[in-house]
Amino acid sequence: MLLMDSPVLQVTDLTKAFGEVRSVDGISFEVGKGEILGLLGANGAGKTTAINMILGIVTPSAGSVQVFGEELHASRIKILSRMNFCSTYTQLPGNLRVWQNLKVFGKIYRVPQLSRRIDEVLEMLEISHLKNRVSGELSAGEGTRLNLCKALLNRPELLLLDEPTASLDPDIADKVRKVVSRIREEEGTSILYTSHNMRDVEEVCDRIVFMHKGTILFTGTSEETLKHFEKDSLEDVFIEVARSGGIASRKKEGEP
Amino acid sequence: MNFGTVQALVMRYLYLYTRTPIRAVELLFWPLVHLLVWGYLTMFLQQNTDDSFPYEITFLIGAVILWDVLFRAQQGVAIFFLEDVWSRNLLNVFAAPVTNADYLGSTYAVGLMRAGVTVTMLSVLSIFLYSFNIFSLGWALLPFIFNLLIFGWALGMISTALIVRWGPAAETLAWAVPFFIQPFAAVYYPVSALPVALQWVAKSLPCSYVFEGMRDTLKTGEVDWASLGIATGLNVVYLAVAGILFVRVMNVAREKGLLTKFSSQ
Ligand SMILES: Nc1ncnc2c1ncn2[C@@H]1O[C@H](COP(=O)(O)OP(=O)(O)OP(=O)(O)O)[C@@H](O)[C@H]1O
Ligand SMILES: [Mg+2]
Repeated sequence: MLLMDSPVLQVTDLTKAFGEVRSVDGISFEVGKGEILGLLGANGAGKTTAINMILGIVTPSAGSVQVFGEELHASRIKILSRMNFCSTYTQLPGNLRVWQNLKVFGKIYRVPQLSRRIDEVLEMLEISHLKNRVSGELSAGEGTRLNLCKALLNRPELLLLDEPTASLDPDIADKVRKVVSRIREEEGTSILYTSHNMRDVEEVCDRIVFMHKGTILFTGTSEETLKHFEKDSLEDVFIEVARSGGIASRKKEGEP
Repeated sequence: MNFGTVQALVMRYLYLYTRTPIRAVELLFWPLVHLLVWGYLTMFLQQNTDDSFPYEITFLIGAVILWDVLFRAQQGVAIFFLEDVWSRNLLNVFAAPVTNADYLGSTYAVGLMRAGVTVTMLSVLSIFLYSFNIFSLGWALLPFIFNLLIFGWALGMISTALIVRWGPAAETLAWAVPFFIQPFAAVYYPVSALPVALQWVAKSLPCSYVFEGMRDTLKTGEVDWASLGIATGLNVVYLAVAGILFVRVMNVAREKGLLTKFSSQ
């Protein structure tokens, strides 16, 4: 399934400093067509900041973001219309109904045959029964699934998911992972995925980028990562990296 | 500016009203209260003074109505943005293919609608309650209203820029922006009532020409096109400056990550 001809997303030496704090410090990675790349790292590692730069909501201090072969800052609007995102940090307006929210964003993303597409995405995330509910009344997990519906509306070629399973119960989290895998299979969507749930990462990600304090410690498949850190599970890798401050990584490069 | 995007953003705003009609109360209640207070004050003053009655007082009701155009337009723009802040929707909108022009265009449309609703209500009520007919301004009413709208939009953009830059801490400031200029806007009294130094402030505000022009026109029946011309010229400047300010503040917000950390300010 991996077609790595020209990457859909290419991040080069990306850096963001907020005053003294270097949240993201010279990271480079790429996501190929139809690839799911996991972005891992402890709280504050810089994952969300990296995603925000790829969305153009935060301006990089240095480095570049290329999407679909074009510089993000040069063709932001054109690029954004072909991608989408879902983040635990945002909500859709709580005072609108589920279908109203999807209709508004569907129009913004110029989704053809919108009503049909809305029914489709609601079905995909199994919340068709919530279509007429007021968004603010949904449970956290239902809200997350609504966010995902919004993210899938325009059949994005690049999808950024920032902790999409954060507030989901194990059953729904499993379903969401299946949806993510499915749209990749069916539509060849490229996906950048952050999560603190190692199960997510093992199950859906083709490769992992391990971040620590704004830098990348290692990039590779989960087997390669386990081997590199000499651990049995990603969870152990995670804990060791977090506690040893990244010393666990012997070599600081890591392109496979 | 993309019409479909503007339509979607405006639709989102209108859904708010269909969902919770109580919102409309805010839109109608305060203007109504203003009209009643100033309307009865005008009647009282008219009944208790002789013929040398200053004509400015006769047109207090017109001032209330026209002030509302400016105020609603400003609020429309500022509240549009605040709705996104309050509902944590800001990132969804700014990470979507929405240009600054689309966004501002939608805020203008909402400002226009808000002004349209209250002005219609006030104009009709003032005919019935006080026999004051703002429509006796004739066609000149349109350029008068248009100038106030534009100035309201400009003030709204400035308010929004303040909120983006300084966060929720600046929210109350944004509400107050129209009232900072009200004393110098010649709304209820002529510019000449101000001390000379402050007259210069008044003369730098497009709305002072509109209110003066409205009174002149109602009194003489002749439209003061020169004043309207100055107001329009000033408005072009204000709108351009406010637009540049808004775009620059959005860029600063992207630099500093303000859009993502909105609640921390
Ligand atoms: N707008 C901002 N202004 C100042 N500092 C910021 C801003 N955004 C992020 N940071 C800082 O950058 C660092 C990285 O934050 P970021 O949210 O990217 O981490 P993360 O990897 O997503 O963490 P988590 O797993 O907790 O979500 C943190 O130290 C944070 O305080
Ligand atoms: Mg994060």
